Amino acid sequence: MKTALGDLELRQPRTLDEALAMLRDDGPLLPLAGCTDVYVQLEFGVMPARRFMDVSRLRELRGIERMDGGGLRIGAGATYTEIVRAPLVAQRLPMLVAASREVGGVQIQNRGTLGGNVANASPAGDSLPVLAAADAVVVLRSAADGERRVPFTAFHTGYRASVLRPDELIVAFEIPPVEGEQWFRKVGTRAAQAISKVVFAGVKGGPRPRIAIGSVAPTVVRAFRTEEALASGASIEEAQQVFGEEIRPIDDIRSTAEYRRRVAANLLRRWWVGQ
Amino acid sequence: MPQPAVAADDPSPSIPPTPAVGRSVPRKDAAEKVSGEAKYVDDLTLPGMLWGRTVRSTVPRARIKAVRLCFDTAGFTVVDHTDIPGRNVVALIEEDQPFLAAGEVRHIAEPILLLAHEDRDTLMAAKVEIDYEILPPVLDMLASTEALKRLSIDKGDLEAGFAEADLVLEGEYRTGSQEHVYIETNGMIAVPEPDGGITLMGSLQCPYYVHKAIKPLMDLPGDRVRIVQAETGGGFGGKEEYPSLIAGHAALLARKSGRPVKIVYDRGEDMWATTKRHPAIVRHRTGVTRDGRLTAMEVDVVMDGGAYVTLSPVVLSRGCIHAAGAYRCDHVRITGRAMRTDTPPNGAFRGFGAPQTLFAVEAHMDRIAEALGMDPVELRERNALRPGDTTATGQEMQEDCAALDVLREAVERTDFHRKREEYRGTGRGIGLSLFFHGSGFTGSGEVRLASRAALEATETGVRILVGSSEIGQGTRTMHAQIVADAMGLPYEQVETALPDTAKVPDSGPTVASRTCMVVGKILQNCAAEMISRLGGLTPMEYARRHGPLVVSQDYVPPGDVKWDDDTYKGEAYAHYGWGCNVAEVEIDPDTFEARCTAFTAVEDVGKAIHPVLVRGQIEGGSAQGIGWALNERVVLVEGAMANATLTNYTIPTTLDTPPMDIVIMERPGKHGPHGAKGVGEMPIDGPAPAVVNAIRHAGLDVREIPATPEVLMAAAPSEEAACASS
Ligand SMILES: Cc1cc2nc3c(=O)[nH]c(=O)nc-3n(C[C@H](O)[C@H](O)[C@H](O)COP(=O)(O)OP(=O)(O)OC[C@H]3O[C@@H](n4cnc5c(N)ncnc54)[C@H](O)[C@@H]3O)c2cc1C
Repeated sequence: MKTALGDLELRQPRTLDEALAMLRDDGPLLPLAGCTDVYVQLEFGVMPARRFMDVSRLRELRGIERMDGGGLRIGAGATYTEIVRAPLVAQRLPMLVAASREVGGVQIQNRGTLGGNVANASPAGDSLPVLAAADAVVVLRSAADGERRVPFTAFHTGYRASVLRPDELIVAFEIPPVEGEQWFRKVGTRAAQAISKVVFAGVKGGPRPRIAIGSVAPTVVRAFRTEEALASGASIEEAQQVFGEEIRPIDDIRSTAEYRRRVAANLLRRWWVGQ
Repeated sequence: MPQPAVAADDPSPSIPPTPAVGRSVPRKDAAEKVSGEAKYVDDLTLPGMLWGRTVRSTVPRARIKAVRLCFDTAGFTVVDHTDIPGRNVVALIEEDQPFLAAGEVRHIAEPILLLAHEDRDTLMAAKVEIDYEILPPVLDMLASTEALKRLSIDKGDLEAGFAEADLVLEGEYRTGSQEHVYIETNGMIAVPEPDGGITLMGSLQCPYYVHKAIKPLMDLPGDRVRIVQAETGGGFGGKEEYPSLIAGHAALLARKSGRPVKIVYDRGEDMWATTKRHPAIVRHRTGVTRDGRLTAMEVDVVMDGGAYVTLSPVVLSRGCIHAAGAYRCDHVRITGRAMRTDTPPNGAFRGFGAPQTLFAVEAHMDRIAEALGMDPVELRERNALRPGDTTATGQEMQEDCAALDVLREAVERTDFHRKREEYRGTGRGIGLSLFFHGSGFTGSGEVRLASRAALEATETGVRILVGSSEIGQGTRTMHAQIVADAMGLPYEQVETALPDTAKVPDSGPTVASRTCMVVGKILQNCAAEMISRLGGLTPMEYARRHGPLVVSQDYVPPGDVKWDDDTYKGEAYAHYGWGCNVAEVEIDPDTFEARCTAFTAVEDVGKAIHPVLVRGQIEGGSAQGIGWALNERVVLVEGAMANATLTNYTIPTTLDTPPMDIVIMERPGKHGPHGAKGVGEMPIDGPAPAVVNAIRHAGLDVREIPATPEVLMAAAPSEEAACASS
């Protein structure tokens, strides 16, 4: 049942410091960026929070910049539309552009943010495999401890769970240079406005292959063992075998474990072997 | 489009108005809808109005042991079955469905208790606990032993037919449920009247169905129950019988509180609790000669009716009558049964049983062609009904029987045979379906309905008085076109009264592709009657001199339409529309997703009164059919829809909908206005079998819909073979 809106409280800090101070002194407050996940949870009455803080106007969370050494820094508040339009991302992380283009529809891309996708911690989040395969680093900040950096693959700890503390915000994602050819494939429930049944990101042709896959386990899976197998010359069939051991798909209302397993194996082949 | 100006008081306009029929004139409802001025039920607020809410069962079958209100009841109106002044049954075909469960629940989401409060949040937060004594539910139609309806259709001598056959092919075909996803959810406002009567305003297709249901519930005479249709955002059959239930609930709350009460479902409740398309299992056993002549067709149809009878008997009946497809065959037996299960009642949905059985026969025809090594077009050409042939019920086809015409046109314009060759082994496929759809109520249904329509001469022109509803399909526009031409008036001078049972006659429900053919015809007769009464004056002159004039006419059954309800023999429908769909698909070898990449629909509607609206019906029905074929899956868990959200019940987006080539054919029928035969439902009959036949052509033997990627994967021979096709 829909959450009664009359009971909700909204705070609107103007700066990042003000926001972090609010979280410390006046929490719990749930950050709101594009609201595209939060609204759905309110509509379905599954959002426990009643007190919110709008972070969408914090300039410190915006922006897409190059870093020294060829890396890329994407503000947590960057929207999919901003990502799709940024030449820098197209150059350095084209698989993130591909993923962003397949999120929801245009309206969702205009509002939804990368930080929201990651903080929401759904294993079906479309940007997650990309950030995992890109060895991204999550930059977190709190009033108490300042900034800390967490490797993306260590950020999510379980189904809809992460290391993000209630007094922290995600500030940005830092992405070191990605060498090799990037590949992204979303398998949704329909052609648009779809939740992923399997979502795959891969990099090959660089120093080592990198593979990440979503919607097949409680968190996005970085398939290190499959990468190793392929790096050490295993056949695709052997790699598919290892890959199958690294994922833990389930049956749900959108698909079956068997389907996810078989499609994951097929995508691995398609990415690695090509046509 | 500019009309020749006719001064209202010019006794003899020298230029007769341009005929409106056959032209895509501006819709009567366009300006209001586009500007947002049109008022839907949720836009209406009345002084003192309360919000209503329905408390529903969360188990499929149980005795109710206790109901506890766990909230401060101050300011609340609470209604249960003991508050019903009249009879606790939704009057429809049978009287088995209660408005509010009395002691026992027979499906998930069954209404038990009603609450009303002036603050919506307070209302929603009110907690009600119900103790149940759980009973074992029957959730599977094949496990059910309770038939809501059985019927059989017999023609010729089945055994003799099989004896003539060189080949006998059997098959079982399954179709899933389907949710209507009208853009506006169900909603209703009840207003208690000072005289003890009740007025209901809501989103609905059939004001007189609601009227019929509310009288016994409230124990009121007909003249104290008034039903007004608010602007309605789509129906697809989902607002045919269901609105009676929500109207009853609003009425009970309004009566007890003495205040207006509004109930509007949110999408989740609408999907979880209201009717859907009947799932069906259809078995075919068919005899055929080596050269492709059908010698015997044995068809068994099972449908899941859900917990109460509602419209299942007539859905089953239409399904069975269409079950042998658009083909001639001398020896046919069709048996059907609608089974009771402890699931929410299934109900009317565009096509009304025919899409299920036409899917089966059309998928089966392609398997027969395959078994014979014959081209599927040739097999259909050989057997398609022609004028003079008879259907399974023995109905003789008239000159307007266009099965071969639509088939040939579709085959030619799609370059079907070339593509059939070219796509072989490429992961692409092309398939077709041939189908027909009977317009109007089945059998003697129209005679029993005895519809009436009326016309009123006013100072500005004429006003149409019908109970037919505009639900987005264009009723108001289409009726005004027919009346304008019949009266010789410009289209602009014809208006339509709001469907309001206090003001318009009962012209029958707005369902069954009957609103143009049947009600349009009665309106034409009204116009003729009015002209004869005007004594040479225009309606405007007449109204000014003598005051308003209202003429009405009743349905006149066509003389050559005879039907026997007991034997299922005779003219099942006054007319049939004919259609052929061609679908092209591409199957992703990695993900087993079938994408419909091109779609052609050639459909004979008798006469396209308004070509743009007809095209809209065909495009929309085709898209809805493609969704049903590939993606729309109602996931039932323990008798409840587990994916009752638009996120997880996935109707096609524009990106899932192929470009469409639509061809409107006109083979006029004798009985409808200008030869019109109906178009509302037919477009959803053909897409699913065309898509599945295209999938078969691409190499996958699929016999059920929705043909989701998971289903296609199961049909794929093996992991290696599936990958090798890329
Ligand atoms: C119609 C529709 C379609 C969608 N389609 C897709 C899709 O195809 N693929 C997909 O992956 N997702 C999809 N989504 C989900 C959603 O749009 C994305 O997850 C989006 O990225 C969320 O971003 P947001 O800014 O709107 O998050 P919000 O809703 O504002 O927040 C989501 C969560 O993140 C937290 N949060 C946000 N920003 C921060 C921050 N800087 N620091 C800490 N916590 C933060 C919030 O507290 C909240 O818990 C869809 C949603 C809708 C409504």
